[in-house]
Amino acid sequence: MTTHLASPRAEFAAGVVAILPLAVAVMPFGLILGANAAAKGLSLAEVLAMSAFVFAGSAQFLAIDLWRDPAPWAALGLTTLLINLRHVLMGASFSQKLGRFGRAGRLVAVFFMADEIWAVAERRALERPLTPAYYAGLALPLYVNWLVLTVAGAALGKLVADPRALGFDFAFTAVFIGLVAGFWKGRPTLKITVASAAAAILVHRLLPGAWYVIAGAGAGIATAALTTPAAPPLPAAAKR
Amino acid sequence: MDAFALTPANLAAIAAMAVATYATRVAGLWLAGRIPQGGRARAALDALPVAVLVAVIAPGAAAGPAEILATIVTIVAVLRLPLLAAVVVGVGAVVALRALLG
Repeated sequence: MTTHLASPRAEFAAGVVAILPLAVAVMPFGLILGANAAAKGLSLAEVLAMSAFVFAGSAQFLAIDLWRDPAPWAALGLTTLLINLRHVLMGASFSQKLGRFGRAGRLVAVFFMADEIWAVAERRALERPLTPAYYAGLALPLYVNWLVLTVAGAALGKLVADPRALGFDFAFTAVFIGLVAGFWKGRPTLKITVASAAAAILVHRLLPGAWYVIAGAGAGIATAALTTPAAPPLPAAAKR
Repeated sequence: MDAFALTPANLAAIAAMAVATYATRVAGLWLAGRIPQGGRARAALDALPVAVLVAVIAPGAAAGPAEILATIVTIVAVLRLPLLAAVVVGVGAVVALRALLG
């Protein structure tokens, strides 16, 4: 390999810098999630355990919405499975960028594959090989941030303001728009965006729960697949 | 409420959620070796980041006139400003537009 690679320390620092704006943007969500969880009767220790072992913001929000006493564990597990089904495809795509990770490293890396970390890591892989140090620089701050803020939200409880009144619910949308912009490649991306948005909005109106995520993601990737030639062009054809 | 209380039903639910989440994340590693590398499968995987991110936010971004306009403002801001600044502009826009449009 002639490719020059930065030191692990520099890679880690680059990861921290890349995730920092996202860590700030998820702060209100962590607080709100913790406060909602406390209102549903979860203790601080339970909020900490959920954030530490699940580490999936959208699934945690949906689960807390559905939480009752006693907790319907089967329904909550199934709902989590449904809203996180997109991670199967995300992981399949991500797997091809984990060449430098080793077998155990991959199994650890996917545990931290929250949407934000995955999107930033995929974006990095478009430009240079993804290193474990860079990935750790993404995952560690966001993980610690999430644990601290969800527990702080649970401790503060009702002191946490209504997210909608302050427009914080829209911060999530704005962050994701920024992430999409990083992947933009003109018309093909526009087609994917239109298909994904249309399907997600339609299914969100028709069905309860998390089906809209699967429908939107499915419509987007189907559009990409169908607007691409079925077989890769042969090298000879390229010379014509 | 005891801050350190751990009730069995809550722990069972958290465990179910943790297992479900890790299962979906690790399943991709298994799936990756079983899908073709070229043509349409490749195009589908390459489209995944945008397809997933857009699907997650689309219903919220299209929830009403205020959200649709704020989404447009945010797209313009994202093209010109650092991410965090664009998020601040987007949140400010949605607060102002919701106040204006109800």
